[in-house]
Amino acid sequence: MVGLERPINILIVGVGGQGTILASELLAHVLMTTGYDVKKSEVHGMSQRGGRVESHVRFGQKVYSPLIVRGEVDYLVGFELGETLRSLDWIDAQGKVITDTKAVLPYTSQVGEAPYPFDAVEKIRERGHDLIVVEGERMAGEAGDARTANIVLIGALARLLPVKRDHWERGISDNMPEKFVETNLKAFRMGYEHQGERGR
Amino acid sequence: MKKVLLSGNEAIARGSLDAGVALATGYPGTPSTEILENISRLGGSKPMWAPNEKIAVEFASGASFSGYRALAAMKHVGVNVAADPLFTLAYTGVKGGLVVVTADDPELHSSQNEQDNRRYAAFARIPMLEPSDSQETLDFTREAFGLSERFDIPFFLRTTTRISHGKSIVRQAPWEETSMPVRPGLEKDPRKYVMVPAHARLKHADLERRISVIAEFAETCRFNRMEMADPDLGVVTSGISYNYVKEALPDASVLKLGLVFPLPTDLIHRFASLCRRIVIVEELEPYLEEWLAFIGLKVEGKSLIPRFGEIDTGTVRSALVPSSNKDITPRETAVSGDVPQRPPIMCIGCPHRGIFHLLSMKKIFVAGDIGCYTLAVAPPLNAIHTTVCMGAGINHAAGIEAVHEQEHGSVVAVIGDSTFLHSGMGGVLNMAFNRIPATVLILDNLTTAMTGRQDHPGSGFDIQGNRTRQVDWEVLLKGLGVEHVRLVDAYDMKQMTEALDEEIRRDAPSVIVVRGVCMLVRNRPVKTGNPFQIHADICSNCGVCLNLGCPAISRKDALEGEKPVIDATQCTGCELCFQVCRFDAIEGIE
Repeated sequence: MVGLERPINILIVGVGGQGTILASELLAHVLMTTGYDVKKSEVHGMSQRGGRVESHVRFGQKVYSPLIVRGEVDYLVGFELGETLRSLDWIDAQGKVITDTKAVLPYTSQVGEAPYPFDAVEKIRERGHDLIVVEGERMAGEAGDARTANIVLIGALARLLPVKRDHWERGISDNMPEKFVETNLKAFRMGYEHQGERGR
Repeated sequence: MKKVLLSGNEAIARGSLDAGVALATGYPGTPSTEILENISRLGGSKPMWAPNEKIAVEFASGASFSGYRALAAMKHVGVNVAADPLFTLAYTGVKGGLVVVTADDPELHSSQNEQDNRRYAAFARIPMLEPSDSQETLDFTREAFGLSERFDIPFFLRTTTRISHGKSIVRQAPWEETSMPVRPGLEKDPRKYVMVPAHARLKHADLERRISVIAEFAETCRFNRMEMADPDLGVVTSGISYNYVKEALPDASVLKLGLVFPLPTDLIHRFASLCRRIVIVEELEPYLEEWLAFIGLKVEGKSLIPRFGEIDTGTVRSALVPSSNKDITPRETAVSGDVPQRPPIMCIGCPHRGIFHLLSMKKIFVAGDIGCYTLAVAPPLNAIHTTVCMGAGINHAAGIEAVHEQEHGSVVAVIGDSTFLHSGMGGVLNMAFNRIPATVLILDNLTTAMTGRQDHPGSGFDIQGNRTRQVDWEVLLKGLGVEHVRLVDAYDMKQMTEALDEEIRRDAPSVIVVRGVCMLVRNRPVKTGNPFQIHADICSNCGVCLNLGCPAISRKDALEGEKPVIDATQCTGCELCFQVCRFDAIEGIE
C-alpha cells in the first residue's frame, strides 16, 4: 500500500451486459485487500435494459463519500466508446482515459435518427487527456472469451494503480468461479501488457 | 477481524440475522430489494415476499406481537402503502423487536417521486435510525431490534440509494447483544393490541410518554455524536450527507445524528452554543432544519442546499467553501451533447413489446402502471399515458370511462402481474361493482421483472425457489365480478388484436391476461426460436417493424432512410416483426 494524500477516483462506464459492475467489484476487492479504504457506488435496476451503467470506485487512506465529484475523475475506464465520450466532463484536467473501441448504438442511432459519434477517439484526443485505446473484444477473444473484455480493460488500468501485479492476479483467482479463472487471468495480462495507443 | 466489502442492503441482511430475526418480509422495490434476497441467500431466518408493503408490515407485526423479532423492508413509496398499520403500531407498540426499513431514492434513480421518509418518523411517532455507511448499517440494524423491545415501539431504519447500493468496508467483529431478547409467547392483552377508541386514547398518551423517554435516550445515544473542530462553522447532518460534509469541510465541527427521530434537543443546544454559525446539510426536506428552528436556533439549511435531487461533496463545497468553483454544469453540455441519449428499453424478445405495438398502432389511450412496461412511454411505442403509483392505472381507466362515455372503446389500463397482485385487485372490484365497462390488460410475465425477477403469488415459486400455490387468474377475476376474462399469447399478434377489438368495445368490464414469460426468467422456459431476416428486395421500407422498438432491428448502416435490417446474433426469434410485416419481407433463418 502506498501513502496517498487524497482519495483516487475511478469512474467505470458502460452499457448493460458489459460487466461494468463485475469489474468494479473486482477492483474494489483488490484495493481493499491491498489495505486501502474503499467505497464504491452505482445504481442498479436499469442496467439489464440497455441503459448506461456507471460505477464510482474511490480508494485512499480514508474515503468518506462514495461519489466522485464531477470534474475530479483520475481514471475514466470506458467499456463503450460513446459512453466514454459522454463521461469526459467527469475527468480532472490531469485525468487519464482508458477506453474500449466497442460501439453499442443507442436505439435512436440504430434507426438513423441520432448520429452516433464514431469519431469519439479523435474527440477524446482533442481534449488532451492521456489516452489508452484498447480493442477489448478482440483481445479478450484471443484470450479465449470475448466476454472478458471488461477484464482486459481492468488490466490496462491496473498497471497505472499503486497495487502490485501479483495482488491483482490473486484477486482474480479469489473472485472468479474456478472454471473462468484461467481465461480471466489471460485477459487481465493482455490488458496489463498492452502498450496500445498512448500519449496526448 | 474479518474485513469485507458490503452494500448497505447486505449489511441489513447480516445485521438482522445477527439479531435473530425470525420473520423477514417485504415487497421488491429499488433500492431495497436485495435485503430480503440476501437474507434468503444467507439462511437462518424465514424470508418471505409479501404481496405488498401493507401486508408485509402487518405480517411482521403479527410475529412481533407473539414475541419474535421481525423485519419489513421496502422502498420509500412502499411506506405509503404500509402507512395505515404503521401509524397505529406506534400506539400498540411491540413485543418482539420490529424493524421497518425504508430505502429512499433521492434523485429518483428508479422511482416515481423522491419523498423524504424522515417525515414519516416524526408524523407517525416512530423512532428512526439513519446510518452513514455499511459499517453503521450493520451496527444500527443489530441494535435496532433490541431498542424496539426496550422502548416498546417499532423502529424505522432509513437508508438512501447510495447507502443501500453503495459498498464500503465492514469489520465484522463478533457481536453479543447486551439487551436480553424477550421471551416468545402469545398473550391476550386487549388494552395493548385492540385499538378501539377507549384503548387507543390511552395508548396515544402512552406513545408520547415513550417518545419522551426515547428523546432522553437520544441525548446520550452513541449513534449521535459531536466531532468538535473549528468553532466558526458547526454542521448538523445525518446519513449519507455526513460523508459529503467530512470530505468538503474537513475542519468544520460536526454534529452527526444517527437517531434522527426523536432528536436530542439538549445535545443540539450544546453543539450550537459551541459554534458561531450553524448550517444543516441534508438531502431533500428541511427536516432537521425545521426542528432546530423550532427549538429556537438560528440556522441555515435550504437557503444553501437544494430541496430536490441528490447532493454530493461538490454541492457542499459550492455552498460553504468560498473559493470553490460554483459553475461546473455548463461543461456537461459541451461533450454530452455529442452523444445521443441512451434510455433503458425493453429487452430483445420482451413479451411486452407486441401488445404495446398494437396499442400504439391503434392510438389507444393507455392508463399505465409501475414496472418494465412503463418503458413503453418512450419512442417509438409512445404507448403509456398515465403512471402515478402501484395499482393506479386500472382506476384511471375506470375514472375516465365513468365520466367520459364517448371515449369508450379508446381507453385501456395495463398492469403487470406482480403489480396487479400488489394493488390491482381492488381496482377490478371497483369496476365490477360500479358496472364500469373498462378493459384491463394484465401483462403476465410470471415475475416481478423491473426489480430483478422476484417471484410473487402469480409465479408459482417462493423466494427460495420452491414451488408454491399459483394464482388462478380466471377464478380470481371472475370472483372479483368480471365475467369477460380471456387469456392470450403475448407473442401472437392476431390473437391479441382480436381480443382487444372485442373487449375494448364491450359494454361490460373485461380483463385480458396477456401472457409471455419474461426473457430474463431462469426457472421456466422462455420463447426462443431461429433468428429472422429481412429481404431487402421485398421490403417496402414502411417502418412498421421499426415501430416495435426492438434493439435487434436497425436501419442499414444506422442511416436515416435506409431499409431495416435484423441483427441475427441478437434476434431471439420472438416472431413479432415477422407477424407485423404486411409485405412478407421477413422470414426465419433455417
